[in-house]
Amino acid sequence: MAALFKAGKALGLCVSGCRSLSSLAELPEMHQMMRQTCRDYADRELGPIAGKLDKEHLFPAQQVRELGAMGVMAVEVPEALGGAGMDYLAYSLAVEEISRGCGSTGCVVSVNNSLYIGPILKFGTQKQKEQWITPFTTGEKVGCFALSEPGNGSDAGAASTLARQEGEEWVLNGTKAWITNSWDASATVIFATTDKSLKHKGISAFLVPMPHPGLSLGKKEDKLGIRATSTANLILEDCRIPLGNMLGSRGSGFKIAMQTLDSGRIGIASQALGIAQAALDCAADYAHKRTAFGAPIGKLQAVQFKLADMAVAVESARLLTWKAAMLKDAKKPFTKEAAMAKLAASEAATFCGHQSIQVLGGMGYVTDMPAERHYRDARITEIYEGTSEIQRLVIAGQLLKEYAS
Amino acid sequence: YIVTIRVKPDHSGVVTDGVKHSMNPFCEIAVEEAVKLKEKKFIKEVVAVSCGPTQVTETIRTALAMGCDRGIHVEVSGKDYEAMGPLQIAKIFAALAKKEEASLVILGKQAIDDDCNQTGQMTAALLDWPQGTFASEVTIDGEKVKVVREIDGGLETIKISMPAVLTADLRLNTPRYATLPNIMKAKKKKIANMKPADLGVDMVSRVEVLRVDEPPTRLAGVKVETVDDLVAKLKANGTI
Repeated sequence: MAALFKAGKALGLCVSGCRSLSSLAELPEMHQMMRQTCRDYADRELGPIAGKLDKEHLFPAQQVRELGAMGVMAVEVPEALGGAGMDYLAYSLAVEEISRGCGSTGCVVSVNNSLYIGPILKFGTQKQKEQWITPFTTGEKVGCFALSEPGNGSDAGAASTLARQEGEEWVLNGTKAWITNSWDASATVIFATTDKSLKHKGISAFLVPMPHPGLSLGKKEDKLGIRATSTANLILEDCRIPLGNMLGSRGSGFKIAMQTLDSGRIGIASQALGIAQAALDCAADYAHKRTAFGAPIGKLQAVQFKLADMAVAVESARLLTWKAAMLKDAKKPFTKEAAMAKLAASEAATFCGHQSIQVLGGMGYVTDMPAERHYRDARITEIYEGTSEIQRLVIAGQLLKEYAS
Repeated sequence: YIVTIRVKPDHSGVVTDGVKHSMNPFCEIAVEEAVKLKEKKFIKEVVAVSCGPTQVTETIRTALAMGCDRGIHVEVSGKDYEAMGPLQIAKIFAALAKKEEASLVILGKQAIDDDCNQTGQMTAALLDWPQGTFASEVTIDGEKVKVVREIDGGLETIKISMPAVLTADLRLNTPRYATLPNIMKAKKKKIANMKPADLGVDMVSRVEVLRVDEPPTRLAGVKVETVDDLVAKLKANGTI
């Protein structure tokens, strides 16, 4: 076994249990194949319709089913539960490639995998996993994650949604805001306060099927980007669920939310990478074809500098994302790296979206070219699953811990 | 893949070094048909075969991820690979078909790089097996195969006995995307490695490529206002 490790490292291959820096340069064969399959799917099935999905705010139901059949809607879920049984690095690659084809579809994939299935896989009982994960691996059903409220986003500890016990049921009351997939979901992981006096240690997580009596949806938000996903409020009015629908132990909701978001950050970083790469592809292709001053504009240093800056931003964010995913797969702490990845990738996405329009000039401003859609899709990645400001706090917190004497 | 094909400076062929290769689209359709026949329980085992240098194993693995059971990589590289054409490949396939006691050999109708459309037909001739080429529909009926062929005049339906050679046309099926679990399973499937000599095949080519050129650059046209102008111009430049 030791000899295998040595040989693996020397050849830059990835032997299981031996994630070394060398594999950052060249992905293992299985991951390359998986990445290529997702890229082919994104190029052939998502790219051609992404503009239409965005313009008409259409949820890509058929594509989600096809992705489910491929295993992309449940990458990390063990095969016994209906998933693909792959690792987080594979998941990150899948989300990036899907997002490159369509940012909205990438978002649906990410939310289902990281935010809905993620916490149930980690904190659920075997029965809960079979009931709430398996039907959501095929793409027939998607889930959502309800933490934010009208009164608190970044301030997640101040959850004002309440849950009280009445006999054999929990009764939930309150409103959740900005819930992605809300109008298309068949279940939600939702956070409510069970013990107000314990502050953030009094929050618990629950599983609620959708639709369900006592749970209604607010109006679909009209968003700047990722318009093929539905975002709305979840309104709970004496919503009754069996006691067995509590996820994890009482009072562990905040911990569940924070750990879920840690992993979710890698998913969003991957989505941002896909959007950034699509913007870069668009700009680089245009630079070859568009002529001005007697030559393709790619010959002009001003354009070259932009493309170079975009490429560096994307590649460095990608390596941060891969590193965070590999640390998670190796069961090592990855909170700081995940936050760094999300911060870098989302800022790379908005940077590339902006510069891509600039390279295209007037063409970048109209809907004939996808540059304006990438610009709009990129913007949300700096906000949801932890704003860039929160990411900086997380990174600084982890960093200072390392230096504490 | 979208790649820009360039002719080599010495005009001996096109540049293939560093160009990303993928499975020939018609071969994808052939693999899909074979896997479908296995799923319908008409055939027991699907073996994916490819001839070429080491990189070819990636393509074989893609076939395994689509559902083939095992692969065979016939290693051909260097000068032999550059000179390799349909006849050499057909000889290899014929030898393998006999060795593996295959009931069907399914290929893409042609490769989209050289558009030869010869390998399937030559393989059948070397084996003295019936062939169903340009197949847009394949049905197995006992020991026979019903093949609907796309021909210039329309559709032709034939019934041939097995063992047989089939070549896949565009409308035969829509190839599946490899699922993630199947990509994982493909890792464990075996790819056997052999050389043409192991099969008693000589790779000497009977064809010598003299020169490869890019098609002439299309010249700008001229717009005319009336049909009379058009006729006048065509007369003036000697076309009519």
